[in-house]
Amino acid sequence: MNFSYLTDPAHWDLSATGSIPNLILSHLGYTCLALLFGALIALPVGLYIGHTGKGSFIAINAGNAGRSLPTLGLLMLMVTLLGLGLLPVLIALTVLVIPPILTSAYAGMRNVDQRVVDAARGMGMRPWQVLTRVELPMALPVMFGGFRNGALQVVATATVAAAVGLGGLGRLLIDGLAVNDYSRVLAGAIVVAALAVLVDLFLALIQRLVVSPGLKGS
Amino acid sequence: MKRIVAAVAMALTLTACGANSDPLADEPAASGAAGGSVTVGSANFPESQLLAEIYSQALETKGVTVTRKFNIGAREVYLKALQDGSISLLPEYNGALLAALSPNGVPAGVSSPDAVLAELKKVLPAGTEVLEQSAAEDKDTLTVSAETATKNNLKTIEDLKAVAPTLIAGGGPEFTERQQGLKGLKEVYGVEFKEYKPLDPGGPLTVSALKDGDIQVANLFSTDSSIVTNKFVTLEDPKNLFTSQNVIPLIRTEANNANVTGALNAVSGKLTTENLTSYLAQVQVDKKDIAVVAKAFLSENGLS
Repeated sequence: MNFSYLTDPAHWDLSATGSIPNLILSHLGYTCLALLFGALIALPVGLYIGHTGKGSFIAINAGNAGRSLPTLGLLMLMVTLLGLGLLPVLIALTVLVIPPILTSAYAGMRNVDQRVVDAARGMGMRPWQVLTRVELPMALPVMFGGFRNGALQVVATATVAAAVGLGGLGRLLIDGLAVNDYSRVLAGAIVVAALAVLVDLFLALIQRLVVSPGLKGS
Repeated sequence: MKRIVAAVAMALTLTACGANSDPLADEPAASGAAGGSVTVGSANFPESQLLAEIYSQALETKGVTVTRKFNIGAREVYLKALQDGSISLLPEYNGALLAALSPNGVPAGVSSPDAVLAELKKVLPAGTEVLEQSAAEDKDTLTVSAETATKNNLKTIEDLKAVAPTLIAGGGPEFTERQQGLKGLKEVYGVEFKEYKPLDPGGPLTVSALKDGDIQVANLFSTDSSIVTNKFVTLEDPKNLFTSQNVIPLIRTEANNANVTGALNAVSGKLTTENLTSYLAQVQVDKKDIAVVAKAFLSENGLS
């Protein structure tokens, strides 16, 4: 094990292009964009299916099919169709994060105790109020689980961006392999793993802040 | 991550397979044929096998008894086989062979075909020699689309200097850090690109990026048939930044005689980068049998 690449201070200079902090920023950039687009697509669909119970087979099948798509293969296909750039990478990573977000949104909504929903209706809440004030807050713990799962996957997989000429921590892995610099490959692997743990801890913290105290432990 | 680990594991397994299944296990049959007897080896990629087959057939037409031991592996493996006598002839590339035989790397300034050959002759393993080198080269190039070449009037890498700051280049990730890459381009030619996209070395991603205009300059290898197919223009390298990689026969002295030398030198005299590219494309693109393509090369060049 050779940690020299990881411990060299020159590789931690934020102002240098290709330095580790720089690559972490671009890596987090791809991750956040993929999570944002994934959530924009999957959350409304998942909530609708969960709230109405209509089309649940879509949620289940899209979840299963989406999980089995190889991201690198999809990325190469997108690059062939669209050319190089950020767009093919974002599409491939967004497809990766949709299944966990979609299925957890659906499952979270379905798991809300129907008696509570009935009680809310009985108190005169409108459907929109039932959704936003009762179902959504109660579904949050499960939905967060799916979101964290998706975030972990995308942090680990965003390394593929480097295969098509973009940045991110995959640069350390791919360039390191190309020039037989295993110290660099090791640095990339360690930083990706550490980043995945940190992102998950950060999301766990957010979860503690936004989930209603009344649901803790459930 | 998982994928990269799997790829590494697979590569290791493959290497291990290559090491265990010894392609040199059975000894070459001794032969008393009048023209001599040669065991021809090759590296594990199609171009090397095609060249080895061309050598083999050229020798056979001169009455030499040929044993074929192709697809041996990487240079480390087949050079050992040559030195221990399990093979006696190999198609080689002068620059890459020189680099492999020079423990301290290729001396600075040695990159033209003649300089490389002269240097190579000093470091050859005992009991081996090289014959005449051909004009055919499989080396690093900077290649542009026909449109870019016409628009900017590009013929050589020197012409790039003025326009490079507006162009995006692409190729293998290792090109960014090698002397025979972006570093040398800056030092020798003063060429600095607007951006370099690390893609795949001489691979389909780089070719399609150049075709689609995502990059304007690509680091491709000179015998890549996609250069001809897509009418790309390979820029000349007048200052010899990229070490020459001429195809050259490397032979054990004991297997050589005037008949063998004559046959192999005649092949070297006919090989050019252009014809090697087109015959190689018959193997790689048209999926023709190597023996058939080698035969066509010899008959079309008056060597059979």
